[in-house]
Amino acid sequence: MPVNVRIVQGLQEAAEILASDRGAQLLGGGTLLVRAINEGFMTEGTLLRTLDPVLLAMNTGGARVELGAGVTMAMVLANRDLSYLHAPARGIGGPAVRTTATIGGNLFAATPYGDFTTALLALDAVVTLHAGFGGARVMPLEEMLANRARGGVGLVASVGFNRPAGADTFRFLKVARVRPKGVSVLSIAAHLPQNGGRISGARIAYGAMGPAPLRAKAVERVLEGRSLDAATIAAAKTAALEGTQPATDAIASEWYRREVLPVHLGRLLAGETS
Amino acid sequence: MARMPVQFRLNGSDRAVFAEPTETLLVTIRRGLGDFAPKFGCGQGTCGVCTVLVDGEPRLGCLTLSVTCEGRSIETASGLADGPTLHPLQAAFMEHFAAQCGFCTPGMLMAAKALLDRNPNPTRVEVVEAIAGNICRCTGYEPIIIAILAAAQQRGARRA
Repeated sequence: MPVNVRIVQGLQEAAEILASDRGAQLLGGGTLLVRAINEGFMTEGTLLRTLDPVLLAMNTGGARVELGAGVTMAMVLANRDLSYLHAPARGIGGPAVRTTATIGGNLFAATPYGDFTTALLALDAVVTLHAGFGGARVMPLEEMLANRARGGVGLVASVGFNRPAGADTFRFLKVARVRPKGVSVLSIAAHLPQNGGRISGARIAYGAMGPAPLRAKAVERVLEGRSLDAATIAAAKTAALEGTQPATDAIASEWYRREVLPVHLGRLLAGETS
Repeated sequence: MARMPVQFRLNGSDRAVFAEPTETLLVTIRRGLGDFAPKFGCGQGTCGVCTVLVDGEPRLGCLTLSVTCEGRSIETASGLADGPTLHPLQAAFMEHFAAQCGFCTPGMLMAAKALLDRNPNPTRVEVVEAIAGNICRCTGYEPIIIAILAAAQQRGARRA
């Protein structure tokens, strides 16, 4: 049976179909699923397209930010309130990809893709899920990513997070071999809130350093309560690889990713990246 | 699976077609409507030769399902020239030798048009960013960048 396309109006209807049909997948911008069809990796099943406007909602003006899962990278780049997310959004493909690539799709992009998700992870984002026949529920993004490999996560309607306090509080670095557009060797996002000159509540996330974007909790522990000086950065670099499981692929070997991660983490923390 | 009716505007003309549910816009435009300007390259969203404009935004025809284009306005490189008069971008590409084999040219033109429609006076960096999703294996990109900057300058001069 070939791939079918179903267009449904509401999120709940789509969530119910996803729960009852294991071959159904939600179609976002199509940069992953249509590619899978073109390459012959997806030959049967159902693509669900929902026209629910909730997916395109953006609430960016206040301290709490909510972005619909259907918001595209181009929409993020066009929003001045989201300037701290412009670097990860700009890192997703060329302009013609960014007009279709969605936040929701990026949450499910296999490594080494998913750079925007890495940024959201460092912002301690939560996702609003519609799973099965129940209502919506909120889940930490980290937990959703841990469940992702098992499948059946449900339908992600939106992501929410607190706006970073200052312009220099949130930093993002994508390392690629091709500029300005290329697949990640790795990416690093760092949220570094400070209280009295000391870091409080640091969040560091890596992309392409594991099966899904992951938190660098050892680095976060090193940074907690310290000022961001040379000694702290050196300690963070020493802890950089803890918990990572990079893969070897066409972009870089596992060895290379391990070698360069501490170097780039040090540069990001020192503010030496452009 | 039954084919689905789709209607959209293609280069200013209303068109109606029946498309397979997973048929891409590129296939519909080329096979269904006979506009062979957008090309099939990688089918992965990497090369940009299938770039078209959907409601003025650059899109990859190979990754866009036709059924998602209902009621939209599609532009391809075929719609750039006004009869025998070339679009300023086409003229600049010719003038500055920005095409060799020509396979990437329709995608480059549409990526450049999307930029100039939004930003009539781009910097070189903005031009490079605008064509970052389009691969050219012949020119080394420099003549293309020069041509796009020249077209912007010419359009600006015509407006002044």
